[in-house]
This record gives sequence, C-alpha cells and structure tokens, in this order.
Amino acid sequence: MVEPVLQISNLVKNFGALRATDGVTLDLRPGEIHALIGPNGAGKSTLIHQICGTLRQDSGSIRFAGEDVGALSVAGRARLGLGRTFQVSSLAPEFSALRNVMLAVQAREGSSFRFFKPVMRDKGLIDTAMAMLERVGLTARARIPAAELSHGERRQLEIAMALALQSRAFLLDEPMAGMGPEGSKSLTRFLDTLRKEAPILLVEHDMDAVFALADRISVLVYGRIIATGTVEEIRRDPAVRTAYLGDHA
Amino acid sequence: MTVALALEQLLNGLQLGVMLFLMAAGLTLIFGVMGLINLAHGSLYMVGAFACAATAAWTGSFWIGLVASLIAAAAAGAIVELVVIRRLYDRDHLDQVLATFALILMFSEGMRWLFGSFPLYLDIPPLLQGAVPLPGGTEYPVYRLAIIAAGALVAFGLYLLISGTRLGMRIRAGESDREMIGALGVDIRTLYTVVFALGAALAGFAGAMVGAIQSVQVGMGEPVLILAFVVIVIGGIGSIKGALLGALLVGVTDTMGRFLLPKLMALFVPPAQAGMIGGAAASMLIYIVMAVILAVKPRGLFPAAHA
Amino acid sequence: MLSRENLVNLVLAATLLAVPLAANALGQPFYVTLATRIAILALAATGLNLALGLGGLVSFGHAAFFGIGGYAAGILATHGFSGDPLIFGLPGTNQMWVIWIVAVVVAGLVGLAIGAISLRTSGVYFIMITLAFAQMVYYFAVSWPAYGGEDGLSILVRNQFPGVMTMRPLSFFLICYVILLIGIGLFALIRASRFGSALQAARQNEVRVATVGIEPYRIRLTGFVISAMMTGLAGALFADLNRFVSPSMLSWHMSGELIVLIILGGTGRLFGPLAGAALYVAFEYALGGLTERWQFFLGLILLVVVLFARGGLLGLLAGKARHG
Repeated sequence: MVEPVLQISNLVKNFGALRATDGVTLDLRPGEIHALIGPNGAGKSTLIHQICGTLRQDSGSIRFAGEDVGALSVAGRARLGLGRTFQVSSLAPEFSALRNVMLAVQAREGSSFRFFKPVMRDKGLIDTAMAMLERVGLTARARIPAAELSHGERRQLEIAMALALQSRAFLLDEPMAGMGPEGSKSLTRFLDTLRKEAPILLVEHDMDAVFALADRISVLVYGRIIATGTVEEIRRDPAVRTAYLGDHA
Repeated sequence: MTVALALEQLLNGLQLGVMLFLMAAGLTLIFGVMGLINLAHGSLYMVGAFACAATAAWTGSFWIGLVASLIAAAAAGAIVELVVIRRLYDRDHLDQVLATFALILMFSEGMRWLFGSFPLYLDIPPLLQGAVPLPGGTEYPVYRLAIIAAGALVAFGLYLLISGTRLGMRIRAGESDREMIGALGVDIRTLYTVVFALGAALAGFAGAMVGAIQSVQVGMGEPVLILAFVVIVIGGIGSIKGALLGALLVGVTDTMGRFLLPKLMALFVPPAQAGMIGGAAASMLIYIVMAVILAVKPRGLFPAAHA
Repeated sequence: MLSRENLVNLVLAATLLAVPLAANALGQPFYVTLATRIAILALAATGLNLALGLGGLVSFGHAAFFGIGGYAAGILATHGFSGDPLIFGLPGTNQMWVIWIVAVVVAGLVGLAIGAISLRTSGVYFIMITLAFAQMVYYFAVSWPAYGGEDGLSILVRNQFPGVMTMRPLSFFLICYVILLIGIGLFALIRASRFGSALQAARQNEVRVATVGIEPYRIRLTGFVISAMMTGLAGALFADLNRFVSPSMLSWHMSGELIVLIILGGTGRLFGPLAGAALYVAFEYALGGLTERWQFFLGLILLVVVLFARGGLLGLLAGKARHG
C-alpha cells in the first residue's frame, strides 16, 4: 500500500471539560479526494485548526509528507506543502489578485528576504503567478484588489495561491459555501481536475458535491469519526444514517 | 541594613502598588469594556491632584479637596468621553493612541494655563499626620499607611461593585460580549460614559492622595501612567485581579530593587560604583521582570477572554 | 509619467532644498537650521514608517532608537575629544561616518532585543510593551551618571565629515538632506521588494502570510530592526545638529511625536514623514511665535486630524493611497 500523504492518529483536543476532538484517526492517500462531513458543532473546525497548526493537539500525532508535523508552526506546515483554503476567504485585501499569488510564489521559492528588487518588475515572479491565475480563470481580474473581488473569485484566488505553493495536499474548508448552483457545479468540475495535482481533504456541507467528488468519506460526530468508507458504504451505513443523514426511518 | 529599614521599604512598595492599582484598575476596566487604550489616563490623575490641591488651598480642608478631586476627575472623564472618546471605540489602536496623546498635550498645556508652571503643594490633613512605631525601632508615617488602607478599601469596593451590583453585571457582560449587553437592552452609550467616569475618578483619587506626598505639577501623571501600563501588561489586559496583583508586584519590586540592588552590588564592587550600577539596574528592574513574564506568558498572568 | 502623488513628493523634496538655499543666500541661518530639523525628523519618522506604515507595528518606543543614535554620537564624540579610550581600549571619534555606523549597529541590536520580545505580542500589548522598553532605556540614561545623567551630554564641536565644513549650517543641512533622500529611497525599495510584500501582507492578514509558509514573526522582526536602524541614524544626526544629547530624546513624548509626524503626513506614504515633519516644525515655529501654549493647539489640531482627516496632508494633496 502507498504511504498516505497525511496521517492523523488518535488525535485528542479538550477545551476544559469539552472533548472537541476525541481520538480521531484519518488519512489522506495520494490521488484521492477524501471528504470530511459532519453536522455543525461536530468538531470539524477544531480538527482543521489542528491539522494546519493554529491549534496544538493535546495528544495523538499528525504526520504529513513523511514528517511528524505536530509541533510545527502554521508556516512550517505550509512550507512542507500543506495548501489550504478558508471557509471565509483569507487574503491580503489591499493587494491585487496578482500580488496575492505572487506572495505565494515567493514563499514557495523561500525568497522573502530580498530587499531591493521591485516585485512588479520581476518578470519571473509575475509570469508564474499569472499562470496560476489563468488556471483558475482569474486572468482578467489580476489587477483588482482582493477586497473588491466577488465571493466566488476570492475562492478561486485562494485556490490559485494553494496551487502556487505546489502543495502536496490540499485542505479545502467548505469551498462550496455561498457559491450558488452554477458556481458549485463549475467548482466541482475544477476540483475534479485538481486531484491530479495533489490529494484533497475536502470539508464540505454540500452533499451533491461530496457524493460527486469523494473517493472516500469520513463522518465526524461529537469529535469522533463514526465511519470511513466509499460513497456507497457511507450511504448504506446505519450509524451515519441515524446520526447525520437525518434518516430516522 | 536592618530589618526595620527593609520593612519600611516594603510598606513603601505596598503604598506605590496600591496607587498603581487605582490607575491600572481604571485603565484595564476601560480596555476590558470598551476596547480602548487611553493614554490620557495620567492626565485625569493630574486633574485629580490639581483639583484637590487648589480646593484644599481655598477651603483649608484636605477632605473637601479629596471630594473635589473625585468630582473634577469624574467630570473631566465624562466630558472627554462624550466629546472625544466615544468616537474612538470603533477605530484601531493607532487612532486611539494618537487621539489620547493629543488629549495629553491639551490637558498638560491647559493645566499650565490655569495654574501656572509652578508646582502646587498639598498638606497632609492633621488627622493623618504623625507616625507610628514599627517593630525594630523606626517609625512610619500614618498618611502612607492610610493610603495603603484606602487603596485596599477601593479594591474591595470595586470587587463588590463588579460582582454584586447591577452596574457590575453590565460591566461583566460588556467584557465578555459586547453584542449581548445591547441585546439585554442596556443603554451602552451611558454605560460607557459611566465606566469611563468611574475609571477617571479612581485616577483622580490616586492623584489627590499622592499629591500630599509629592508636589502637584504638570506631567506628574505620565510616569505613573507608564508604570500602570507595565502593571496591566503583566497582569493581563482587562483583568482587575491581574491589575491588583501586577500593581503590588511592580510596586514592591521597584521599591525593594532600588533599596536592595545598590547594597547587593556593594558586595562585588567599590561603594561609589555600586550605587551607580545598582541604581541604574534598579531603574530597569520592573521592565526586566515584565520582559521575563511576557517571554513565558505573552498575554500576561491573567489573560482576559478577549483583548 | 508623473502621478499626482509623485508630483507632490517632488515639490516637497525641492522645497526642502530650496528654502535653506535661499535662506542661506539671504543670510538667515535660522531657517537653515529649521530645515535641517525637518530633514532629520523626517528621516526618523521614515524609519518608524517602515514598522508602522508597512508592517502595521504601532511602536510607541521608537524614541529609544532615536536616543540611542544620539547617545552614540555624544559618547563617541566625548571620548574622541578627551582621548580617553571608550571600551576595550578603542578610542572615540569625531568622524561622522564612524558614528553613523555605530549608531545604526547599536540601534539595530537594541531593536533586535526589544522586537524579539515585543513581537511575541500584538495589538495593544505591543503598543504598551514598546513604550515600556523605551522607558527602561530612558530611566537607564537618567540614572547612569557617567554621560551626564539627567542633564545630558554636550558635543563641544560638531563632528567631522571628510571634505565638508560641518559647522556651516548649510553644509550640515546638505548632509542630512542627502541622507534623508537615501532613507526615503531605501524605504521605497523595501516597500516594492519581496520582503516589503511579505511585511505589508503580514499587516493586512497575518494568517494568510503564515498559510503560504512565511513566518510573520521573522518578517516583522526584520522590519522592526531595519526601522530601528534608520531611526537610530536620525538620532545621531539630531545630536550633531543640537550638539547636545539628553534623555529627552529618549522620552515617550518623542515616541509620540514620531508617530504624530507620520499621521500628519499620511500613514504608509513614501513622503508622509517628510510632509508631516515639515508641517509639525512649521506649527511649532508659527504657533510657538504666537503663543506660549502652542502645544495645546497642536493637540487640538492633531485631534481633529485623527478624528476627521485620516489621510493626513498627503491624503489631502494627493488623494487615496494606491497599492499595485
């Protein structure tokens, strides 16, 4: 069996008396889209925070790209190739779309301590960033400040930045949220091509998208993974049906 | 070095700590409830001292002066809140710093306008003159003990106010959730003015009390303000408990450092140099303590929920 | 192609050069000194603007670096004059360029220490901690009697620069003016660079910067140190202008003034500090001539600018700031 890109084992996180993450074990294998679903308050955000490094787990381990990253900073994990998008887009609002992506490109090159060469005359940097914008279809909006982009465009921009990092895995936090039916459809098609780039851990509420894309699904309820399996297995799983899919029959 | 001398210094440290608490409590309350950093808090301290000294000189009574200091500082606080401060709640910290810095310039120059450049003096009231014997044969001024007692009383009163009254409940609600107090139907604007005036009155009270052991002059509030910043940074911004412990820690550390470090140095180097090195080291001591605490706990000893 | 902001900048720079030249020709050295003061304060504020304007780091302690630069000049000059060795048998000096290097290096090292601790915090904590550390340096200077303590330290003869008569006001002005232009040029280069991108992005969205794999802490610390170095250099020039250095250069009032200069001119703007310094010195001179109580009115003006005119002078003259 191929080694998973991301391997989470027995992860536990407590907030006071509340156990927000309760022994979660989860992996992400090369080439797959692994969807993480669960009702509101199931602890999805807490889990994402621990994977990205904004929260430190109480116990358990997180291995990424062959390394134990449990003690690394957010930036350290990103440098190993963990590319993420946010539930609510997180960008440098004053910078244009292009400069946002250029930031990711320079981060990828590890060249943020250059003090004298103006970035806007740096053809290599601009061309690489423009190529990323083209892949997500934002070429025409390259010079628009991120704050003035539409909701969907900000989503695309975040993905372009994750692409620019040449990520080894994508962690997408509810990319479909607020997209509208048309936007969701085209984003679904795009994510289907994105999996060739790197495996995707997809946290999503939109079940159509999840069922269309996911190779495997894990269901998180009250901080525990109650089931992991293929779309069909999850659809049939009685525990999932009661706990989550709202099927009380 | 005798035990009595050390005890006297310890009491001085407590007295400084108590004064710092009065300043820090107001600052931290204002930050906790309104999210505002107020550099002009030292000016309210100065207003209290001037009001007390001028009124005492006019009426001949320290006690009337003390009441006047509370009224003047609270009134100045309320006016400043109504005219300027309430425009700053939604602004970033940079704007708050600049606007309150501008207020300092206006307060300082305004006081000089009203009272001239010469310091005023305030006599200790007859009731609190004299000294009490300390174990070991020295004496300690009654007035300084009274300051410690007054500070302890205020701390206790604040505790009662915040834990046991309707106003206190609203303050706590404001600290934990600003939206909620709106939902509770509390008039936030009035609450903010009251909290600001309360903080100002505490600062004015501190200024009046200290005015009798130092001279009352323009600029007297600024060193105290900066020490109060150190206090609330150490204690955790927004936490009254942190302000109390931080104030006592800073007061005692500073006073004892000035007393002990030169003596400590004298064990290693000649006396003349010991005084110099020890004095310089003592003047930096509380900042070093602050740096060490922050290196371990970047949000202070008692971090408040938000901030 | 000249944008409106660049045009305003050019006029500012040209005016700052033209006024002292004219004043010198008319035999009015006082105005030359005034212009020198503007240039030095503008340099100090340009340094602070790196941290504050680009990095969003509201340092209320930059007087520490300004004063350290000043004391570097004062102490080196004192030892240079007396011939007593300074430290490790090294002599003092009256050569400005040596003094500048020392001022920049020492301010940078102190900036590294203060920044390393202060940048672990953010927001209002950062403001108060930088203020507290600057106060620590201030009290150290006051209580350390070897270099004048509270009374300060005089520089008997202005330090030397090869080929320039530094005692002539216009010559010294020109030195300061050239250094100011270099400082502003450096600011422009850094702002446009990869480092500058990261520093500005860290101000706009720290999480985003970390998410692409750049440590915001390292970027900010570097920016803070460069900022301290530039302000330290300005301090050395200021000491030479007044031929005097005292703890007042380290006071928190000074830190506040440096921020005020930036805000008066326009935050994050290339020529904001120069516009602000010119405005400030002009206020000080014009109001100071009218009333002893000019600081009251300065406070009033500042209050109005903060509450109602956020863009500062350049915002008024050149419109909204733009990012590429």
